[in-house]
Amino acid sequence: MAEVKEKEPLFSKKNKRLITDPLNDNNPVTIQVLGICSALAVTVQLDNAIVMSLAVTAVLVIGNIVVSLLRSLIPPRIRIIVQLVIVASLVILVDIVLKAFVYDVSKQLSVFVGLIITNCIIMGRLEAFAMGNKPWASALDGVGNGLGYGFVLIVVAVFKELFGSGSLTVPGFEKFQIIAEGSGYLHNGLMLLPPSSLILVAVYIWIQKTRNKKLIEEH
Amino acid sequence: MAINRESNSYTILFAVVMVVVVGGLLAFTYESMKGTIKSNQENEKKQNILQAIGIAETGGKDFDRDAAQEVFYKYVTRRITLSYEGEILSDLPADSIIDSKNKMDAFNIDLRKEYKLYGKKVIKNNKGSKEKLAAGLAAEDRIHYPLFVCEKGDSTFYVVSAVGTGLWDDVWGYLGINSNCETISGSVFDHKQETPGLGSKVTEDWFQDQFIGKRILAEDGKTRLKLEVKKPGNELNNHQVDGISGATFTGSGVAEMLERSFVVYQDFFDNNPEFKK
Repeated sequence: MAEVKEKEPLFSKKNKRLITDPLNDNNPVTIQVLGICSALAVTVQLDNAIVMSLAVTAVLVIGNIVVSLLRSLIPPRIRIIVQLVIVASLVILVDIVLKAFVYDVSKQLSVFVGLIITNCIIMGRLEAFAMGNKPWASALDGVGNGLGYGFVLIVVAVFKELFGSGSLTVPGFEKFQIIAEGSGYLHNGLMLLPPSSLILVAVYIWIQKTRNKKLIEEH
Repeated sequence: MAINRESNSYTILFAVVMVVVVGGLLAFTYESMKGTIKSNQENEKKQNILQAIGIAETGGKDFDRDAAQEVFYKYVTRRITLSYEGEILSDLPADSIIDSKNKMDAFNIDLRKEYKLYGKKVIKNNKGSKEKLAAGLAAEDRIHYPLFVCEKGDSTFYVVSAVGTGLWDDVWGYLGINSNCETISGSVFDHKQETPGLGSKVTEDWFQDQFIGKRILAEDGKTRLKLEVKKPGNELNNHQVDGISGATFTGSGVAEMLERSFVVYQDFFDNNPEFKK
């Protein structure tokens, strides 16, 4: 008689790794270099970055679960289109619900909602993970990658907003002016423009790889 | 029986079912929430009009949008729809409740729709010549110009609106004018999809508050002044405001739309001296 396989605990070691891996060793932005486009565009203000991270995480988790549930039904030849349709309709649903019930949040998100669809992390995770794993593992993978993405976004946004406008904007609060006007610091205009994100992400990768030697590729 | 997921018939069937399910779901959600979304948008418009005359209580995060309804009727005493030549097409008092079926009610004028359908074409066909543009706009009677007369305490304000094109898509705004028709009392701008962090800053207070006190009529009471959005860092005079760094096109879009619609309102005020108090 085959031994009854012991049920895997919800937060087994393997499952925990699904959340922790994307934060460092397998970060979607700095290691896999996915989702760079939105990391460049929405990091001028901290609140935008936070809201965008939450929105992407939510869509990623739900998308991962849905694709994972349907994974044995989706025809392989049209799987990318199917994933795209799932993500796009999720985003539109979220947009409609936000507009109806939390109009202010939807005003704040405005174009970001549309940008979520184009975020390559989402399609990447659906294709690479959810298509071959169970729903719970996929949900955790979504949370992990969402957080990994959000962390980089927030770090970049803090530097950009602080040195670009001397302030930090936290959602739900007023803008905090950290460097007072007229204190002798002139705002760095480059920090407000997309290219500075590339420089900051590069510095981030540099620091990350210095601290974590196993990420350095052998040549 | 295992399904052959590679077969053509299964693939097509899956696609058809998926499209029907997704389409149905989206259509159902939208239809069931359409009413709520529309009333949110209308309340926001009321809020914008009130903010343009500096009714502070309607601003901020704590303000309940539904309350904009009552406050609106309290302050806005007349809703006038103008043609380009300043003819009054509709004039409704505060006690006539907004009826969404009355398309000529100034509140129901869909500026962005009129701009998209008719305005853009006229502007495109008459590029480069102000006289031709004015003639073109005058000939296009499907564009309307709403004017809201508001009473706050003892003072009268006029709220006018404008719509134009920023870098990516529409920008629009509501401006309050003091009763002497000379200075701006407040402004609210919004945009469809200007670049987040750059052009999207037209909605921020520091940009909007700059307009307060700016003149559209020189001290002599005759010379018209054009509201201008300058590059940041320049010296500003009494009819110029600082633009947004990195968002030159949004700024010039704002200036263009203000210039285009203020002509109509200023003509109207000049021809109807009873409005100047």
